[in-house]
Amino acid sequence: MKILVTLKRVVDYNVRVRVKPDGSGVETEGVKMSINPFDEIALEEALRLREAGTASEVVVVSMGDEACQQQLRTGLAMGADRAIQVALDRSLQPLGLARTLKAVIDREQPDLVIMGKQAIDGDHSQVGQMLAAIWDRPQATFASELVIEGTVARVTREVDAGLETIEVDLPAVVTTDLRLNEPRFVKLPDIMKAKRKPLDVIPLAELSVDAGVEHVIEAHQPPPQRGGGRKVADVAELVSELKQRGLL
Amino acid sequence: MSRILIIAEHDGQTLNPATAKAVTAASAMQAEIDVLVMAAEVDAVAAQAAAIQGVHTVRTLADARFGHPLAAQIAPEVVAVAAGYSHVLLASTTFGRDLAPRVAALLGVNQVSDIMAVLGPRQFKRPIYAGNAIVTVSVPEASVVVGTIRCASFAAAGDGGVAAIEALSVQSNDPGHSRFVSMAGGGGDGPDLSSASVVVSGGRALNSAENFALIRSLADKLGAAVGASRAAVDAGYVPNELQVGQTGKIIAPDLYFAIGISGAIQHLTGIKDAGTIVAINKDADAPIFEIADLGLVGDLFEIVPALERALEG
Repeated sequence: MKILVTLKRVVDYNVRVRVKPDGSGVETEGVKMSINPFDEIALEEALRLREAGTASEVVVVSMGDEACQQQLRTGLAMGADRAIQVALDRSLQPLGLARTLKAVIDREQPDLVIMGKQAIDGDHSQVGQMLAAIWDRPQATFASELVIEGTVARVTREVDAGLETIEVDLPAVVTTDLRLNEPRFVKLPDIMKAKRKPLDVIPLAELSVDAGVEHVIEAHQPPPQRGGGRKVADVAELVSELKQRGLL
Repeated sequence: MSRILIIAEHDGQTLNPATAKAVTAASAMQAEIDVLVMAAEVDAVAAQAAAIQGVHTVRTLADARFGHPLAAQIAPEVVAVAAGYSHVLLASTTFGRDLAPRVAALLGVNQVSDIMAVLGPRQFKRPIYAGNAIVTVSVPEASVVVGTIRCASFAAAGDGGVAAIEALSVQSNDPGHSRFVSMAGGGGDGPDLSSASVVVSGGRALNSAENFALIRSLADKLGAAVGASRAAVDAGYVPNELQVGQTGKIIAPDLYFAIGISGAIQHLTGIKDAGTIVAINKDADAPIFEIADLGLVGDLFEIVPALERALEG
């Protein structure tokens, strides 16, 4: 079984993101970049399936400029067998990304695609579902457990009402939630080894993707700040404040 | 004028309040608003949808498959009904977030996720970077608007509507590749965390699953829903679905108690729209106090029981 995993280069989750003063975007100059944490979980799950003998090959894919090769190398160091960069000269919106991935899938013919439920930069949470639709295959989003039984994936999903379990026939798209696993740390010798693993670059133009009608991003603003209130001395004062506000 | 189709969310009998919030958002888009109810038995849910103020027509699709609807099964139905509509909207719940992009891709359009403000029929604000930045997005006329509505940003539309109900017939066959197996969890006695007007959340400082009884007891007294920080969920004190925050539920109750929660950014993102935030924490410098309207520094194991007694008195 071949598994395809997407890795997006994003601002590291520990960075406090700030909007640029001119509102054209967020500050990314000199900021630490990492693999989208949900994608890291996706890769970890794929590696575990390979280590369990369920999967035979794990391919990581990133769509972006040359810088995203850094995240692909990290993915190879984690244990992926090979990497593909779809070279973009501008950023694509979710539909364009999903169509690009579909073109990669047509070449690679994976049995399973695992990806993060969302990227922590745009927070769209769209590409996995869109890919499944365009591919005309099942989707199992927000996965907290994944079991492969032959040609069927049994997936437990984190939904608002609790945990939903569904079965989907492979090939399918699974998107990962936070609690699927804890990704491994990369060891130094693996980073050296990863340098020798194959990393193919496909120019976007080669895939003839129609990115569709794109939305116009007009402005970035910092979020409205919630002013702090005040401290109360004790329970009695807290209760009387809440009563005064008509909340009790 | 725009024509908006809202996909109803329900549990088979009761309409989720998230749908009425989507109606409020849609009302700001100067449009005729229809609601699509897909269910095994549509009557009860359709009647509730028809009573929402501002709804023009409720359209229904009944099929045994829709008892546990999966996105892959129902997306083609939504697309068939969506012909002639300028907008398709869903609430930004796990149901909506699963289904909407599948619908958008079948329609060949991009989607606007987590609409938090409506500036015009095709112009919206939405959060990115976990709410650390807000973008203004416009959808060109050439594209159908597919969007999910961030529930915490909109009040539910009121009752009193008298929409017509129109039954449609199912167009698609089951793709046969996706099957519902089971549903676990939930089923708590208290009000629903996503829509409760009062929420009491506990954090890591509770120290154990047993101690969470303190939080439940206070919540009972207040008629509140119980929530938790990610740290408390990761420590196994409470099940996942109680997590409040960017990676859990984003909520906007009138009154929110953060008890023993330090206030990581990801938690604060989930409660920014709450009416009044009360923080109880022994660390006077905890970040939660920077956004709390009312803060009380001290030992939660003394304060919470004292608060409960004060509420009785």
